[in-house]
Amino acid sequence: MDLRTRYLGLDLPHPFMPGASVMSQDVDKLRQLEDAGAAAVVLHSLFEEEILQENHSTLHHMQTHGEAYGEALSYFPEPEAMAFGPTHYLRHLEKVKAALSIPVLASLNCATDAGWRSFGQQAQEAGADGLELNFYFIPVELDASGTGIEKRLADIVADVKSHVSVPVAVKLSPFFSSMGEVARALDEAGADGLVLFNRFYQPDIDLEERSIVPALNLSSSAELPLRLAWTGLLAGRVDASLAITGGVHTVADAVKAVMVGANAVQMVSALLAQGPAHLEGIQREVAAWLEAHEYDSLTQLQGSMSYMRCPDPSAYTRANYMRAIHSWRE
Amino acid sequence: MGVAQEHEWITVDGNEAVASVAYRLNEVIAVYPITPASAMGELADDWSAHDRENIWGDVPDVIEMQSEGGAAGAVHGSLQAGALTTTFTASQGLLLMIPNMYKIAGELTPFVLHVAARTVATHALSIFCDHSDVMTCRETGFAILASGSVQEAQDFACIAQAATLAARIPFLHCFDGFRTSHEIQRIAALSDDEMHGMIDDALVRAHRGRALTPDQPVVRGTAQNPDVFFQAREASNPYYDACIDIVKDAMARFGTLTGRSYDLVEYVGDPEAERVIVMMGSGAEAAHETVDYLNGQGEKVGLLKLRLYRPFPVAALMAALPKTVRHLGVLDRTKEPGAVGEPLYLDVVAALAEAGQDVDWVAGKAPAVSGGRYGLSSKEFNPAMVKSVFGALADPASRRHFTVGINDDLTKLSLPVDASFRLPRSKVSTAMFYGLGADGTVGANKNSIKIITTETGAYGQGYFVYDSKKSGAATISHLRFGPTLIRSSYLIGEADFVACHQFGLLSRFDVLANAAEGATVLLNAAGSDVWDRLPHDMQATIIDKKMRLFVVDAAAIAEENGLGRRINTIMQTCFFGLTDIIPLDRAKAQIKLAIKKTYGRKSEDIVGRNFGAVDMAIDRMHEVAVPAKATSTVERPLPVPANASDFVQRVTGTMIAGKGDQLPVSVFAADGTWPVGTSKFEKRNIAAEIPVWDEAICIQCNKCAMVCPHAAIRVKVVNDNDVSKAPETFKSTKYRGHEFDRGTYVLQVAPEDCTGCTLCYEVCPARDKTNPRHKALEMEPHGDLVAAERDNFAFFLDMPELERADVPLNNKQVQFLEPLFEFSGACSGCGETPYIKLMTQLFGDRMVIANATGCSSIYGGNLPTTPYTTNKDGHGPAWANSLFEDNAEFGLGMRLAVDHQARMAERLLKSMGGDVGEVLAQSILTADQSNEAGLHEQRQRIVSLHEQLAKLKTDDARRLEALSDYLLRKSVWIVGGDGWAYDIGYGGVDHVLGMGRDVNILVLDTEVYSNTGGQQSKATPLGAAAKFAMAGRSRGKKDLGLEAMAHEQVYVARIAMGAKDAHTVRAFLEAESYPGPSLIIAYSPCIAHGYDLAHGLTQQKLAVDVGHWPLYRYDPRRIDTGEHPFQLDSAQPRKPLSAFTSQEARFRIVAHQQPDRYAELLAAAEAANKRRFEFYQYLAGYHSTVQQEPAELPEAAD
Repeated sequence: MDLRTRYLGLDLPHPFMPGASVMSQDVDKLRQLEDAGAAAVVLHSLFEEEILQENHSTLHHMQTHGEAYGEALSYFPEPEAMAFGPTHYLRHLEKVKAALSIPVLASLNCATDAGWRSFGQQAQEAGADGLELNFYFIPVELDASGTGIEKRLADIVADVKSHVSVPVAVKLSPFFSSMGEVARALDEAGADGLVLFNRFYQPDIDLEERSIVPALNLSSSAELPLRLAWTGLLAGRVDASLAITGGVHTVADAVKAVMVGANAVQMVSALLAQGPAHLEGIQREVAAWLEAHEYDSLTQLQGSMSYMRCPDPSAYTRANYMRAIHSWRE
Repeated sequence: MGVAQEHEWITVDGNEAVASVAYRLNEVIAVYPITPASAMGELADDWSAHDRENIWGDVPDVIEMQSEGGAAGAVHGSLQAGALTTTFTASQGLLLMIPNMYKIAGELTPFVLHVAARTVATHALSIFCDHSDVMTCRETGFAILASGSVQEAQDFACIAQAATLAARIPFLHCFDGFRTSHEIQRIAALSDDEMHGMIDDALVRAHRGRALTPDQPVVRGTAQNPDVFFQAREASNPYYDACIDIVKDAMARFGTLTGRSYDLVEYVGDPEAERVIVMMGSGAEAAHETVDYLNGQGEKVGLLKLRLYRPFPVAALMAALPKTVRHLGVLDRTKEPGAVGEPLYLDVVAALAEAGQDVDWVAGKAPAVSGGRYGLSSKEFNPAMVKSVFGALADPASRRHFTVGINDDLTKLSLPVDASFRLPRSKVSTAMFYGLGADGTVGANKNSIKIITTETGAYGQGYFVYDSKKSGAATISHLRFGPTLIRSSYLIGEADFVACHQFGLLSRFDVLANAAEGATVLLNAAGSDVWDRLPHDMQATIIDKKMRLFVVDAAAIAEENGLGRRINTIMQTCFFGLTDIIPLDRAKAQIKLAIKKTYGRKSEDIVGRNFGAVDMAIDRMHEVAVPAKATSTVERPLPVPANASDFVQRVTGTMIAGKGDQLPVSVFAADGTWPVGTSKFEKRNIAAEIPVWDEAICIQCNKCAMVCPHAAIRVKVVNDNDVSKAPETFKSTKYRGHEFDRGTYVLQVAPEDCTGCTLCYEVCPARDKTNPRHKALEMEPHGDLVAAERDNFAFFLDMPELERADVPLNNKQVQFLEPLFEFSGACSGCGETPYIKLMTQLFGDRMVIANATGCSSIYGGNLPTTPYTTNKDGHGPAWANSLFEDNAEFGLGMRLAVDHQARMAERLLKSMGGDVGEVLAQSILTADQSNEAGLHEQRQRIVSLHEQLAKLKTDDARRLEALSDYLLRKSVWIVGGDGWAYDIGYGGVDHVLGMGRDVNILVLDTEVYSNTGGQQSKATPLGAAAKFAMAGRSRGKKDLGLEAMAHEQVYVARIAMGAKDAHTVRAFLEAESYPGPSLIIAYSPCIAHGYDLAHGLTQQKLAVDVGHWPLYRYDPRRIDTGEHPFQLDSAQPRKPLSAFTSQEARFRIVAHQQPDRYAELLAAAEAANKRRFEFYQYLAGYHSTVQQEPAELPEAAD
């Protein structure tokens, strides 16, 4: 079965790939994923803020007590070169590139304009075949304007695009008033792909300690419909290619994702839970499904259930929501 | 300096100048850190780690040893095996090398030992400079070459190396600690080519040719007998005879190569001088300036700078001395009590005597010679003192032996000095800077000197005065710049520019005391009312001396640019803006270049932040209009409270006020004894925020009091009526427990002693149910609280303590015992001091402490004030520091003496039982002193005994009176850090543990040499970076506890208060109760770990949770009762090691250098931790099948 797809301008043998996660910190694990047939890999995110914080903290604590007390003018050795900044990530990227033959996408999460630009350029120089800009941002301030955030997003994409030559995907959260407008703005800013959606690790409460704690739960198929809806709504209406991430666990999930128009399907939780071999199973069974349903190729299926092509587009709209409610009541 | 332009000019301190030469001229370097020489070894290690080559293209091997004795042994071996070898040391370290020095010299081995001369500890330790250490080496057979400046120190390092190779006599090259070792000067650098020119490779080959090798075997180090030893010893005479000329030749060759000429003895001054001073070291530079001035005033004086001290160059000295001289003053920077005179004096006297009649003295007779002591422990030696010495030499009535620089009102030896005398202002610019350690002032000043000297080609000098406290430490920088060589080896007397980088320092220092007329003053201060907030006398000085005052709110600029407390680059820019030394734009460009150099390869972000601050600085600085009259009502606070004792007022107060130099000899105890409990008088007010107690939500767990490193938060249970007359803001609440017949709980902060470390806030578990962000302790601004809380704390102290016997000794209630260690100068958040404080709460009223040199001896005993104190009965820890290396033995000696005197008292009591009352005698002799109740009763009995003895007239009664206090069980504690216990003092620790005596050893394990600045010890863990392990220590931490357990009959506990405070308390109680040796190894967070110590408790817990620091107690008593002697008190590692290591810069430094290697180290450490835990589990399951009733083994028969 011909499962070929095109994502971010890259010709891939099929749409299935591991999304950004801890898995990619281990080169051996990535090799296993490649062996399991991954079409590409997205590395874990490089967090600019974390890097800056660690950088500052290390330098601060190395020097803060120095030159104060006659017996000890310093408390640490002073290596000439210490690799702060994204160096570790870039070296890892280089290693991954050297170890794998499939495309490697670097995922960035930056805090400053200069960070997006510079880390993007450096990732390209280190061999990334594409960038995934991971916009994970919580507008804590109550006066943060939605349009302001959206504009900044588009400006960053335009800026990065003007400084790199590799394709750039944008990983978004679902929390925009008008996802379509955002998608179009990013499209215009030059985004080569949109990745729907990143999962917010919403905090939980430890009842005994009475403290807020991070909740790191794996996704489930229940999270997929939101992705299906917006991918279906955007497919064929924006130039950027589309990827679904979050909630793809089963063959059925994978087929649905392609049906609504995903050019790429990223999986993390399923692979963490079931191991790299699961990826191979998905490809095989998607192929089997296509065969069983008499498709010639994956391309035939791709977008067939999008808003633009599905038999009843109103099913994507509010009416569908109302019906669903009623049907539940009955 | 005629060929100056041909040289590369560098701006370095003496340590770097010397180390650079020593490193490039040697192959093996074995070192041990000691102030002020540590930096030389560290630099050598740094260069070696970065593959810097010596002049032959090889990278020297640098190894850190376990002591200076070890370093000297390794040096000796390396020399014997043919490598060019060196080391660096000072003071006690040099003393530890002496045995090997005799050997090295006796074997005629080329070697240069570089010594940053430092005071040898006598009645007290001092890290500062004099020549007492060097002078102890006179008999070793080493040649001794003394340099007096940074330039000379560099040059003589090379000359000494050249000379030793030719002479085969080892050289001790010395330069003055701090004054030269830490002084920054612009000097002409020695190139590799110049050094090649100095070193004869044939001599290097000759040295190698003498190496021990099985290919040409010889034997050295034989034992010789009366028949030959003497003659064989004399066989080396020709080498000493030749040495002087060899040095002279080397100096001449050096002059030809570099243009810098030196001689064995250099004369400065009037060729027909009648009065001449002879001296060595940096003091001679101050004398040089003064001689020039005095001769310009028409006097006829001179100075002989002695360079080569051993072999003593009699002929050169006589040749250099003008024959017109009538009175010689020989100045020694050391004291040899009981000698006719100090060493240099005696040598000069002998030289004159030997020259005898052969000299054609103008006066027809040899000059009179006087000997004076100066500059002990870096006491200032300035032109006023030099002038005073010349004055004395002109006075026929003056003493033959004198001191200068102090007021000796006891033996009247000191010369009067006109303190107002200063050399006239030359073209030298002077600037002084007052800062805090944490604000980067010193670093910025060092950079400014480099900028100015590089940009203008001027000479520059920087000298830095540091604090005696480790928290809130102030620094005072003295900078000079000028067109000619700066010889002023003393502090600035008149500064053209004075900056105070922290407004709070104005209340501690009279910052304008040394400001010149018309000086420019720069303050870092906020607000528009700065003038009004200045102390009155400062306002008056500014007006009277017509100074200009500028203000910049550097703290705000730093904050705006995300620089925290680092205001250094801002103040530095303002300094350049206010002085016309170089154009501001060029200065700013250079400051930015330095920022780039410092951070460029580490953080572009920090570079950007600093650039932003530099660019804002000048615009935000403004001049303050100076009114015609001082109107301030602000007065600098009294150094000590008015209610302090007379001694504290007169002596301690004067020292705290920074006027200790003015104290006369008579106020001091002759034997180094000081009163305890003085830290409470030094109110430093260094906290920005202090804890505020919310009694309504407090759960009375007392953890805040337990963890406070400075005993600045305390708890009591009192009677309700005790608080009835409390100050208005004093807080109390109902006590939740029922152990005592008192029902009110009070918690109080000492607002002026708190350092604001926030450990109490961090540990506080009590939160408001509705708003859990609010805890029972909150940090709030010091300024708003200090006045009220000062009164509250005074009231708190006056409230009655509980009876010790009534207090249950658990982790909670033990905090109701009074701490007898308080307000030390330890770092804010120190991880060591909470253990010491706890120890004094438990045993302080009957304990003797032997304290190894290190952090704990500094915060425990560094003047002006000390933290060990007494309870209301006047009982408290008696504390002494002997040395670094001998502390276990020192403590054992105390135990022996205590036990012996107790036995004597018991024997006397037995023998005179009837006289004092048989019942009383028996009750004393059979008393159960295993708990506080028993101890209390014993104290009462001893009081009764005294009463009985007073009625008796016998000799035995008098003897027993003097010994009776030993009838109360004394607790002997041996305290020190890991550098002592794992390394330099390990042999002693091991021996003491093996001797079975009842001593308690407390090792405050920071896993690194903390006091000398972060060098690795054998306690440093695998994967952590430390000096001498820059790339991360590749060997695991030594298991000291296991080694101690190998003795079997030793109590051992490994504790971490932040992880389990109940376990800590229990271990202390068990250790103290164990009748033999005990060892407690206490995990102690330290600034050398590289994180905010506010999180020290969390890190301790993590250290335990990841298996880095398993908790256990090994109690041999349990063997005898059939139990497992080893109890593992913490759970299996349950978190990845990285959860602990990733929080500390000491590990991250390694990760950032070599991530792959670090990953390997971390994996190895994790595996080692797991293995060790398994082994401990095995031990915990160990159950002896050999049961033996506890028995006193028979002592050896007489």
